[in-house]
Amino acid sequence: MATPQPGRSDRSPWNWLLLIPIVIPLLPFLFNHAEPTLFGFPLFYWLQLAFILLGVVTTAIVYRMTK
Amino acid sequence: MSGHTTELVIFIVLFVLVSGMGFVAARWRRAENLASLDEWGLGGRSFGSWITWFLVGGDLYTAYTFVAVPALVFGAGATGFFAVPYTIVIYPLAFLVLIRLWSVSHVHGLVTPADFVRVRFGSPTLALLIAITGIVATMPYIALQLVGIEAVLKTMGVTGDLPLIIAFAILAAYTYQSGLRAPALIAFVKDALIYLVIIVAIIYIPTQLGGWSGIFGAAKAKFDATPVATDGVLLNANNQLNYVTLALGSALALFLYPHSVTGVLASRNRNVIKRNMSALPLYSLLLGLMALLGYMAIAGKVTPIGKDGNTVVPKLFDAVFPDWFAGVAFAAVAIGALVPAAIMSIAAANLFTRNIFREYIRRDATDAQEAAVSKITSLVVKIGALLFILLIDPQFSIDLQLIGGVIILQTLPSVALGLFTRWFHRGGLIAGWIGGMGAGLLMLYNIANPANGHEHFGSSAFPLSKLGLDTKMTIYAGFLALAVNLVVAIIGTFVARAMKAADGEDGTRTSDYFADQGDPRVKDLEYSSST
Repeated sequence: MATPQPGRSDRSPWNWLLLIPIVIPLLPFLFNHAEPTLFGFPLFYWLQLAFILLGVVTTAIVYRMTK
Repeated sequence: MSGHTTELVIFIVLFVLVSGMGFVAARWRRAENLASLDEWGLGGRSFGSWITWFLVGGDLYTAYTFVAVPALVFGAGATGFFAVPYTIVIYPLAFLVLIRLWSVSHVHGLVTPADFVRVRFGSPTLALLIAITGIVATMPYIALQLVGIEAVLKTMGVTGDLPLIIAFAILAAYTYQSGLRAPALIAFVKDALIYLVIIVAIIYIPTQLGGWSGIFGAAKAKFDATPVATDGVLLNANNQLNYVTLALGSALALFLYPHSVTGVLASRNRNVIKRNMSALPLYSLLLGLMALLGYMAIAGKVTPIGKDGNTVVPKLFDAVFPDWFAGVAFAAVAIGALVPAAIMSIAAANLFTRNIFREYIRRDATDAQEAAVSKITSLVVKIGALLFILLIDPQFSIDLQLIGGVIILQTLPSVALGLFTRWFHRGGLIAGWIGGMGAGLLMLYNIANPANGHEHFGSSAFPLSKLGLDTKMTIYAGFLALAVNLVVAIIGTFVARAMKAADGEDGTRTSDYFADQGDPRVKDLEYSSST
């Protein structure tokens, strides 16, 4: 049985980046405020929606770097 | 029923059109034959990035989410917004886990999470526990999809059980016929409709209700006026811990559900999964905006039908949209229910076939027999879900779904941690499962819901004061149960080792977890390039 690319693994320092979008959205003291508002949205809502972007960007970077 | 005729006509036309697609799907990306689980249950394991995105998206963001999350926000405010951090955290968490699961599953021809546990820990008992947990957790989830359809029908003035039975019969027929290809194809239409509706809703409704600041202002005014301490447009000191643990716990649970695994295993290679983990959060944006429909309903002074909070979103659409567009919106919700219901019933059927039928009933089952058993089981599962809704109070099915989340989380040590380490002893894992399951159910049993008078299984927010702590804080019961599970599993492993209890054999090798498309050990990929 052939085992191509021996030593291949998931390990990469880039994976540590994934911690950012895991930890940040779970820290309520960052976003549990009404001010400042944006387009009428209290901070609580717009900042958490913005975290989605943070998640997209970090996972996209890790994907590119470990492809 | 008068006044809803236009809505109904549009709704029925779209629904019939999509059902037609479901039947035609069997011919889509045609396989030699559908008589194997790889084909019927995993769509030939050949889906690329786009299809996977629609399929997994259609799978995770269900009609129920789209109806229940805004309903929660309508009722309790900020707490309901946990769905946003939940669906952000999930993807980076799952990123490394799922590619390993994909690789090992392809090398060993695994179809379900329980298959993996069987090979990894050499324990049919543990695999059986995982399979049963998966089936039990999925059933109420399917039933809940019906709650979404029911809410829409109710708003259009359609009552009685017959329409619901017809909708489900159609769903059952095309899933039986086309397998996973049906929901994959329908998912395109579902998403197009949902995106259309939500974009129109987000732009159009605020102009009718005095802009976003007016909407948030109305919500704040409503929550300030209620005596309940747990609601409000912001979190308070007592529900923050619950918010965070609920988001994290739900994220950990989601990819343990058999139907999520089904969607992931159907993809073509590891990069398809990685790319999807970064693209799927786009749905979270959609979900976050949908959640705010709850506030729009408050500002629009919408009242639910009876005590059924799930009707607020359909009622809002009915109130603000012209009839024809309300019909489109209702169709979007109903079709949105069909996609996950189909995938879930396929996943539950696969579990039964692979881990109960083949393990305990017919060891020498052929591929064709497996597929046949799965097809029939998927029908049985759906009939079961339908009976759930017809015979039991829908509110009770929501409670059951709550339990489902807590119990599926108890498979995490075996499935998710099992992908990374073989340290746990199978005996320890079984003990942990029992401990976590017991603790979780005991906690849920002791949570009352004053809002609807249920004394037990009222919510998943467990008051820490019940543990003797002097605080009003609450925590997600599933999270605590998982902690119990892990502690027991670790102690159990030490005890089993000390007693020199026989451990199962590990049928996998380290390199299996990194195999990718093109690797000679990865099976089933040659005939998949017929795009």
